[in-house]
Parts: sequence; C-alpha cells; structure tokens
Amino acid sequence: MDPWTLANAVVSGLLIGLVYGLSALGLSVIFGVIRIVNFAHGEIMVVGMFFALLMFRWLGLDPLLSVPLAAAAMFGFGYVLQLIVVSRVSHLPEHMQFLLLAAIAIMIVSALLLVFGPDAQGVHVGYAWDSVAFGELIVDYPKMFAAVAAIVVAALLLAFFKYTTTGKAIRACADNRMGAQVVGLNVGQLYALTFGIGAACLGAAGAIILLLFEVHPYLAPGYTLLAFVIVIVGGLGSLFGALVGGILIGVSEALAAVLFQPSMKSAFSFALLILVLLLRPQGLLGKAVR
Amino acid sequence: MKAIDLFLSPLSAAGRWLGAVLLVVLLLLPYWGSSYVMTVATTVFYLALVGQSWNLMLGFAGLLSIGHALFVGVGAYASAYLFSAIGLPPAIGVVPAVALAVLIGLLIGYLGFRFAIGGVYFALLTIAFAEFVRIVVDHVPWLGATEGFFLKVSAADRHGIDLANLRGAPEMYYYLIMALALGALVLCRYLLRSRLGYYWQAIRDDPEAAEALGINLLRYRMYAVAISSGMAGVAGVFYAFYQNSLFPEIVFNIERSIEATLGSIVGGVGTLFGPIFGTFILTPLGEFVTEGIDLLKHWRVIDPETKLDGLKLLVWSFIVVLIVLFKPTGLWPWVCHRLRLTRPGAEG
Repeated sequence: MDPWTLANAVVSGLLIGLVYGLSALGLSVIFGVIRIVNFAHGEIMVVGMFFALLMFRWLGLDPLLSVPLAAAAMFGFGYVLQLIVVSRVSHLPEHMQFLLLAAIAIMIVSALLLVFGPDAQGVHVGYAWDSVAFGELIVDYPKMFAAVAAIVVAALLLAFFKYTTTGKAIRACADNRMGAQVVGLNVGQLYALTFGIGAACLGAAGAIILLLFEVHPYLAPGYTLLAFVIVIVGGLGSLFGALVGGILIGVSEALAAVLFQPSMKSAFSFALLILVLLLRPQGLLGKAVR
Repeated sequence: MKAIDLFLSPLSAAGRWLGAVLLVVLLLLPYWGSSYVMTVATTVFYLALVGQSWNLMLGFAGLLSIGHALFVGVGAYASAYLFSAIGLPPAIGVVPAVALAVLIGLLIGYLGFRFAIGGVYFALLTIAFAEFVRIVVDHVPWLGATEGFFLKVSAADRHGIDLANLRGAPEMYYYLIMALALGALVLCRYLLRSRLGYYWQAIRDDPEAAEALGINLLRYRMYAVAISSGMAGVAGVFYAFYQNSLFPEIVFNIERSIEATLGSIVGGVGTLFGPIFGTFILTPLGEFVTEGIDLLKHWRVIDPETKLDGLKLLVWSFIVVLIVLFKPTGLWPWVCHRLRLTRPGAEG
C-alpha cells in the first residue's frame, strides 16, 4: 500500500481522535469524581450536535462558534440532571445507577427522534472542501479546525482543574469525599458542577464534531460505546489517558478503514476494548489499583 | 408434585386464587383474543422469558449483563442457519444453538471472572462482545450479512401444529412461548431454593464473605452465566422461527439488551415474578401508547403525518427512571404486599 495513503489515514484519524478524546474527557471527569458511569454519554453529545445544528440554521452560526454556547447549554443540563436525578440514587447499588442512566439515555434518543426525526442532517460551511497540502499529505480544514478546537477546550479544562480553587475542590472530592466534607466543601454542589462540566465537554465535542459528520438520533449509542472504549483503553478516571485513548482509537479506526473495510472499523475498537479489559483493566495509563 | 408444592408454598390463598384465574384467562386467550391481542401476548411471554434469563444473572447472582441480545441472537442465528442449510428441525437444532449460546456465555464469563472484572466493567465486557458479534455477523455473507437472514414460510405453514419444525398457527407459538416462560419461572423458583441458588445469593450480597466461606466464586458464577445464556438461547430459537427474519442491526442491537432489563427493573430485580410482572405492565402499555396515537391520528386530533416513532420507548424509559428513583426494589414486592399475595415472611 502507498505510504502516503497510510500517512493520510493516520493524520485524519489523529485529528478526529482528538475530538473523540475531548468527548471521552467528559466521561472520565464524571466517573473520576462522582464514581458514576454516565451511560447517557453519547446521547448528551448528540444533543450538543443538534444544538449546534439549530444555531447554524437559526442564526447561521458556524459550529465552531457555537461551541461555547453548546457547552453552556449542556453544562446547565448536566448540572440539573445530577442535582435532581442522579444524586438521588447515590445510595443504590452500582448497577441501578447504570440502569437509571441507560433509561435516561433511551429517553433522550426517543425525544430527539420525536423532535428531529430519524434522518441524518448536517451543516455546510464555506471551507468544507478546503484543505492544505504538505507534499502528498492532505489535511482538510474542517478536521484541522475541529482538532484545534478540541485541544483548546481540553486545555481549558485541564487548566481549570489544575489552577482554580473550584477545580482543586472538585479534585479534593474525587480523592476523598469524606475528607472534602469534613473541611466544609459542599460536595453535592461540587458533584452537580462536575456533572455539568462533563456534560459541557460533550456539548463542545458535539458542536465540533458536527463540522465533520451529519447528525441523527441513532448516533448516540455508538458515541457512548466509543467513549467507553476510549476511557477504558486510556484508563477510566485519568484525564490525560482519555485524550491519548481518543487519539489511539481515532488512528486505529482510520487505519482499519483503509486496510480492511470502513464498516469493520468499530469491530477493531471493540476487540481492542476486550483485550484491554482482560489484560490491563485499569487502562493503559490508569493507576494500578482499582 | 414436590415441584408444584415448592412453587405454591409461598403463595397465600388470595395469591393462589389470583394465579389460577390469571392462568385460566391466559390459557383461554386464543378463544376470545383477536390476532392483535395474540401478538401482544406472545411478545409479553417472549420478553418475560428473556427478562427471566437476565434477572437470573443480576438478580440472583449479582452479575450485570447488558449483552443479552448476544445470547438471544446466537440462539436465533444458529437454529435458523442449521434449519435452512441442512434442514435440521429446530426441535433438534435447539440443542446445538443453545450449546453455542452457553459456550459464548461461558467464554465471556470465564474471561471476565478469571481476570476479576467486576461490576460495571463486566457489563461493558458483555456490551463489547455483543457489539463485536453484531459487526462480525454484519459481514458474514452466509448469514445474510446486513441484508438479513430469512426462513422460508408458505401459506400452508400458518395452519396446524408442527412443533418439530416450529411451523403452525399463531396459537401454537402463543402456547409454546407461554409454556417456555412459565417453565423458566418454575426452573428459577427451583434454583432459588436449591443449594446453588443460596450460593448465588451469598455471592451477590457479599462476594468476599462467600469466598471466605469456601464458595468457589468462579464456578458458581459460571453456572449462573451458563443457565442464563442457555435460557436466552432458547428464547432466540423461538424468536427466529416466530419472526422468520433476522437482521444483525435488530437482533444484536444494544437496545434489545436494554429491553431485556426493563421488565425486570419495573417488576423488581431479583424477584421471581418481577420480570414477568414487569413485561405484563410495559408491553401492553407500549401498545396502548402506539394504538392511542393511531386513534388520535384517525380522529385527526393530531396530524396523521406526524411521526411519533420514539414515543413508546420514551414512555417505557420514563417509567423505568421513575421506578429507579422512587421504587428501586420494583413494583412486584409492593403489589404482593398490598394484595397479600404471599404468606407473611415468604418472598415472591
């Protein structure tokens, strides 16, 4: 096979993988702090995509410009969801929480189906077909812009957790919930904030990915599974691991699509997930103790 | 008789009467029910069987599976393939089909338990396997790939009773799935009161304590997975010959796996009658919603052109959310208590 074809696949997978990574960050943040596996992950992301679609249709906003808006809207959604629904089940066994979020996921897909119908819908931006060439290596603008936007949002998030007081307080909750309560942190409030931040990542990732793919409600379960694959490969709860996992999955899917069949690409992700679950359940970059 | 006694002993007099009346009504259903009612009732028992199988794993042994579509689908595809390729009647084909479902269940279970993958991680492992198989079947030409796998049906097949080939009138399918679902109920009742069932419940409630008492976790968890996937495989064989068409996107869809959980959650995870009770509520309710919309469209209350595809699932999932939030033990224990269907101290 032509090495340039492979190189193109790798670069394109890497760029998309960064957006996947941003979405997986949302899952990782929520799990790392609240210890809840958000099974409505892809659904919230698809809501973000539809949000950006409406912004494009109503206001003519480029999806990249609606990233902050989508993030803010999904932040509100996540905040309220944690505060009035998810927090009520924290005493229930893990599987009941999981099933609750699965039911919420189905509710979201069904509601989207009622409002938007099952057909794929997309946006068309002026630079959709523009690209820049480095020799035989061709990088299209939408993918490049999407990757840059994903990096910016991810960097903002990591900075928030590293430098702000609220970010530190959230990390304190993640490390030791009881201890955080003892020193007077409002854990319920911080959990709602965390779910909101996780959902905001998804809103941002959704708006960004609308630049690359058309949206329809049935995309959601696939994105949920993809994010699970990424965070488990990268290590559930590790923020940096989510980004690395995203790139890894993006590249391996792009390569699988070139070397085998495009429709087989997610089979490789699942095979990778099974392997990682079995051989290194804490993830490639996760801590050894679970 | 001992089995029947075991089954009836926890029921109070009211419970026995209600059960007897329900059984008679359901047995006589084909004599007064329309073909539509029969279809719904058949679906109810089919989902109850799949739900019972799922409940055995989570409710009895504490193992969360979100991949039950895999076991059902393997049973369905294997029996359908054997029937159309070498003419093996499903009455015999059920053996290799269920064996294959059990084998895959054991493989997932062995990998999961061997490497100590617990809780939600185990659920993700089941999802990953189900999705993997879905995509693989999508690409296997001799299983019809995305085009679907079809079983031949002639008009003459719609009459009479041919249990060996699972060909016959709708009534035959109804009685068959009813017998299977009730059989699964009796089996679960028996298992729950056996040594195996007590081991499972001990493992479910506290795996470490159970292990300290000398229970071999791996072995008894494997039993749970084997029996559960086998039951799902039987349901799959029924599904194949009832539907006569199999599509990987439908059969192995993760929505099927989640559907398998809904009835049990509504009825009560870990209870014996929960799955069947839950599906008896959810399925007719879903049909009621669908029919109600059609009626409203007919009367032009709502525009007939509106597409309301997602409404049934929206209602179902909303009920599940309410149940998890406000009655996480499910409706069956509560109904039982209210109507005094069980004797004091006995659980349903």
